[in-house]
Amino acid sequence: MNLLRLDGVTRQFGGLIAVDAVSLDVPAEGVTAVIGPNGAGKTTLFNVISGFMAPSAGRVMFAGQHITGLPPEAIAKRGLVRTFQLAQLFENLTVLENVKVGRHLHTTGGLLAALMPFRAAHSETVVEEASLALLQNVGLASQLDMLAGVLPYGQKRLLEIARALAAEPKLLLLDEPAAGLNRSETTRLASLLRQIATSGVAVLLIEHDMSLVMNVADRVAVLDFGKLIAQGTPRDVQLNPDVIAAYLGTALAAHA
Amino acid sequence: MNSRASIWHDARRDPALLVLWVLAAALVVYVFITGGYLIAVLQFAAIYVIFVTGLNIFMGYAGQVSFGHNAFAAISGYTSAVLTANHGWEPIAAGALGLSGALACALIVGYPTLRLRGHYLAMATLAIGLIAYEVAVQWGSVTQGYMGISGIPPLGIGGWTVTSDRALLVLLILSAALAVLAAAGIRRSRLGRAFVAISGSEDAARALGIDVAHYKLIAFLISAFYAGVAGSLFVHAVGFVSPEVYGLHMVVLAFTMLYVGGIGTVAGSALGAMVVALLPETIRALSDYQDLAYGAVLIVILIYAPGGLASLSRLWSPKRRTEGA
Repeated sequence: MNLLRLDGVTRQFGGLIAVDAVSLDVPAEGVTAVIGPNGAGKTTLFNVISGFMAPSAGRVMFAGQHITGLPPEAIAKRGLVRTFQLAQLFENLTVLENVKVGRHLHTTGGLLAALMPFRAAHSETVVEEASLALLQNVGLASQLDMLAGVLPYGQKRLLEIARALAAEPKLLLLDEPAAGLNRSETTRLASLLRQIATSGVAVLLIEHDMSLVMNVADRVAVLDFGKLIAQGTPRDVQLNPDVIAAYLGTALAAHA
Repeated sequence: MNSRASIWHDARRDPALLVLWVLAAALVVYVFITGGYLIAVLQFAAIYVIFVTGLNIFMGYAGQVSFGHNAFAAISGYTSAVLTANHGWEPIAAGALGLSGALACALIVGYPTLRLRGHYLAMATLAIGLIAYEVAVQWGSVTQGYMGISGIPPLGIGGWTVTSDRALLVLLILSAALAVLAAAGIRRSRLGRAFVAISGSEDAARALGIDVAHYKLIAFLISAFYAGVAGSLFVHAVGFVSPEVYGLHMVVLAFTMLYVGGIGTVAGSALGAMVVALLPETIRALSDYQDLAYGAVLIVILIYAPGGLASLSRLWSPKRRTEGA
């Protein structure tokens, strides 16, 4: 059963076709990677899937339901949660509070609860424990009360992932999670991604770090100039002549 | 977590803040005992604490901009004034109706504009502030124009009224304290976290399932409620109201208080309101240059303590913020 199904998804910006009739199935388990040269349309594709942009044509199905054109918050509610290419943290909230906001969809309480803190104390404790567990898992448990804005970049990325996991997604979309990370942070990210997939959350990621993709991805889809040019296991894709041509250019391409 | 604990927690973390709270409390006690003109100044300060604490929920927590909260104070204040002074209503009943009017107006202005990003809301609020002022000036048969309405009865319920200056001071300080505690409770709740999340990144908030337009509207309504309460308390405390009370000067004053105190923080907006309300008394000798002095103080604070009074301690221990301890 496919969790996410893209059917002829197209997005145009004036004359530019950023995403060109992409049809792609993402299964409900494992790690799927979308790769491609800069400007291939990967982030645009993510924006369309997560509701930040409406597609010009085509359909997006998630968990058997149409989500084409729904606003991001409605898509998040169905269990599709994304992160951003440049980490978008709530910089005026503490590390712990950031993850608590991630629990938004799984908690209740508005103004009344805010004004009667003693009655809300229990649910607040539950949120705190859940958030704490997520932060321990990404190694940020010692920075709970720090403002998110002052974290070093690598930790910001980890915090963003922990916050997204707090929303208990069925599918987690990660836009270049390894960008700006050093070697050891990337290694840590790789094992975190495997662990997330093992826990039953499907992962769809855009990534430039090829060694990371080859290590963690179960399936790879390749975009070039908005078109899906190949998909398969990392090994298949690596040997695919179209993919090699897209990344390196070929003698043929040079002649054409 | 509760609000009292959170204020205490912040204060313990930040000795400068604790000192400011203690000074504020000491000042209230001192003025209560010695009496005199300063009582009126503190009454005014307490009303502005309520107004600015509410504005901080919308501007500080949720990161939006409003130049027009004086309109909500005006709607509620004038309703209170007209109904109690001219029609013999109870202050509570008149105030409740005034607050409903302010909230209805906030809903009508906020619902369409808060769906838009950027400066549309700021422009809309600027317009409503100016419209409220013009209505107060022009609708002479009800508001008596520039003349204003005098003889507004003091606060009270039934036969019991708050007539002495000291009793009124206590009542206003308690109201302000309640307003500040409620704002602190909101900040520590799911609701308040959603507000601050929106000010951090609307995109990230939406990606986590937060309906941004809905939460902006709630923040707007809460702050309009605070403004309305402040507006109604004002007319009963002073016994007089005119359009100038809720003019553009109110907006400038509230912004000064918000930034001097430290926008976004509970303590900052409350303490900023007190400090700025007292400022004219300390620079009274400058009388004609008061606005100049306001401006100078504001600039100095924005340069040397961009986080306002609430961030003072960071000036001499810059590591505190990063340690978060």
